[in-house]
Amino acid sequence: MKKTLILTTALTGFAFAAGAEEITVMSWGGAYAKSQIEGYHKPFTEKTGVKVISVDADNPATPIKAQVEAGNVTIDVVDVEYPDAVRLCDEGLLEEIDPSILPPGADGTPAAEDFLDGAISDCLVTTIVFSTLYGYDSTKFEGDAPSTIADLFDLEKFPGKRGMRKAPKTTLEMALMADGVAPADVYELLETDEGVDRAFAKLDTIKDDVVWWEAGAQPPQLLADGEVVMTTAYNGRLFNAAIGEGQPFVMVYDGQVMDYDGYAIPKGAPNKERALEFLVFATETEQLAEQAKWISYGPARKSSAPFVGLYQDGKTEMGPHMPTSPENLEGALTTDYEFWVDYNTELSERFNAWLAK
Amino acid sequence: MSDASTAPDQTGPLTTADGKPLKAALAAAQAHRTRRAFYLVAPLLLFVVITFLAPIGQMLTMSVNNSGFYSWQNRDNGETIPLMVELRDWFDATPAGTEPDEAAYAALVAGLSHAKEIKAAGQIGTRINYDVSRSRSLFTKTARKAPKLEPPYKDAVLDVDEDWGNPRLWGAMRNASKAFTIDFYLSALDRTRDDAGNIVKIDEERAVYLLLFKRTLIMSALITFLTLLLGFPIAHLLAILPLRHSNLLMIFVLLPFWTSLLVRTTSWIVLLQSQGVVNDLWVSLGIISDEGRLQMIYNQTGTIIAMTHILLPFMVLPLYSVMRPIDPSYVRAARSLGATSWTAFRRIYMPQTIPGIGAGGLLVFILSVGYYITPALVGGSTGQLISNLIAFHMQNSLNWSLAAALASLLLFCVLLLYWLYDRLIGIDNLKLG
Repeated sequence: MKKTLILTTALTGFAFAAGAEEITVMSWGGAYAKSQIEGYHKPFTEKTGVKVISVDADNPATPIKAQVEAGNVTIDVVDVEYPDAVRLCDEGLLEEIDPSILPPGADGTPAAEDFLDGAISDCLVTTIVFSTLYGYDSTKFEGDAPSTIADLFDLEKFPGKRGMRKAPKTTLEMALMADGVAPADVYELLETDEGVDRAFAKLDTIKDDVVWWEAGAQPPQLLADGEVVMTTAYNGRLFNAAIGEGQPFVMVYDGQVMDYDGYAIPKGAPNKERALEFLVFATETEQLAEQAKWISYGPARKSSAPFVGLYQDGKTEMGPHMPTSPENLEGALTTDYEFWVDYNTELSERFNAWLAK
Repeated sequence: MSDASTAPDQTGPLTTADGKPLKAALAAAQAHRTRRAFYLVAPLLLFVVITFLAPIGQMLTMSVNNSGFYSWQNRDNGETIPLMVELRDWFDATPAGTEPDEAAYAALVAGLSHAKEIKAAGQIGTRINYDVSRSRSLFTKTARKAPKLEPPYKDAVLDVDEDWGNPRLWGAMRNASKAFTIDFYLSALDRTRDDAGNIVKIDEERAVYLLLFKRTLIMSALITFLTLLLGFPIAHLLAILPLRHSNLLMIFVLLPFWTSLLVRTTSWIVLLQSQGVVNDLWVSLGIISDEGRLQMIYNQTGTIIAMTHILLPFMVLPLYSVMRPIDPSYVRAARSLGATSWTAFRRIYMPQTIPGIGAGGLLVFILSVGYYITPALVGGSTGQLISNLIAFHMQNSLNWSLAAALASLLLFCVLLLYWLYDRLIGIDNLKLG
């Protein structure tokens, strides 16, 4: 009995030693995780022989906070949204990343200039730009179809239920833009009480006709079920439903709110060296472009754009579906992270209270 | 009698054959048995301590943990470094509401310089940001410049950002300067502290927790009542039918019980949504018009319908286990003595089912008070329960102390109800199966 025990223990130890050449990456699951597996994980394993294990979470920031605080970290690389990365970084839960390890773009531009503005923060290297925009079911509207952000709030012209994200972030911005505020003035206005009141007043006009969603998979489902006639959603999810599954959905880029999302390394990651290697590899020009072939999220490096080709169906040009493509940028807003890290608590409280009443 | 009593001329205390005093030998044997019994329950005890008591203790600690402004933990070596020491001393030395003087600003600059050195400025700012918006960027910005600031510090700091003169900010820092605080409980009860440290109500438009606590309790009570209303006749039918038929019916009760919670919740979405099965049926039958489709989901109605269905087995099963052994001859005797069927039910049958009603009611109520996933999916905006906001603070705002305070309050609520139940009906009367 004792012998068996020793033997199995030794074997387990051996298995661990043999498995040391693997890293665990935590992401959001669904079509997004798939694009990362195809764009980053597989090529990385091919190049280095290091196995990449993919783990999913609803919002990876939460388990990472728990793991690091408990001192039991099992994740090497984590995919988090930009404001979460800033907060976790502030609390000392993420490793700081030296930007000098990032190689220049394929065209020779240094990394600092190749990446979009602010895309490299202390603890996060941005991989994608995604946007929250609204889309509608084209079979529900004859003649006039929604085309501006104001139409999302116009119940007279386009009656029917709307889907909206159950969070103040992006919702308040869209309300102000629909009320005629120019994208450049949105955050300045939201810092004032009048601006916040104005946003909530605009939301009040459609409150009774809103179905609120939380998970990214919900809005395409709501549209497909006919539960709503238009809904805000992450652009990749709508793209997936419209192009990937052939649903009659049309995306409206006016008033889209763009966000960064990328890779970070939790403090105390078990294979930190390999994790850094993976992070550098994944954020190279070609790799970022490779991921963009699987989902319509814009690569964070400017030099990646020429490398983005066709969607996996072999006929859809990805370029026009990127939130960052020039014709889509008109009327677009880039999230102000400083603003949301500062005001999220207060505005969430107010939003939750507004919602519950 | 023991062997010792057979010895002749025994005058001293009784002893066993090997000469030990009988009393001690008995005690030893008893202790041995107690120990053995303890070893048998030890795994369970350990399990309960690790999986139940420890997390609750952790939650309670977290709910008063105020370390964001107080100390910083170095994740590389586990060392805990105190923060803002000078400023905390100044707060200790002055009464609440004191106008910050030059000494206070000097202490602030010293604290921020230190925080910048160990990269803790963001953590401090995040803590104050719970109470005063924009504090996070204010702290990180000022900390970056702090080492270069020169006296007089008050002017230098106000020069960096005039928001430092905000008395609310100083009040918030004072409240944050203790390692433990009840302030998260205050927030959880829609209360806050004013500049002088008095407890006051929060702005009307930000108050939400009390409303949700009340809504959670009312909706849970309603759901409990509905499950009782629906479950009582079912349980009664199950109890009086011959075993052959009742087993089949029992399967109908248990089948949904064994089905995944998520599947049942999403099935309700399919049934109740405005383009769903129920609405479609009613429209085709001409009960409602196509424009007048009812909104039965993504609101309170949806939450109540779905939760009543999901929690029904928790009411039926304890009721059934109590009703099964009730002897039908009691009711027959009452009827033969002239009671109407209503009186016989009210005075003879119902009192015997009280332990089942109590157990089922308590079970359903306690489960629904903490329900999370169903209201999140079908609750829309008005069908949310307090647990949804706890989840919000766990996952979204990452303010775990507030989440812990809300959860602790919920726990106290349930304990209070449990105590009330014990006083009114008696916990001994509970029959869970």
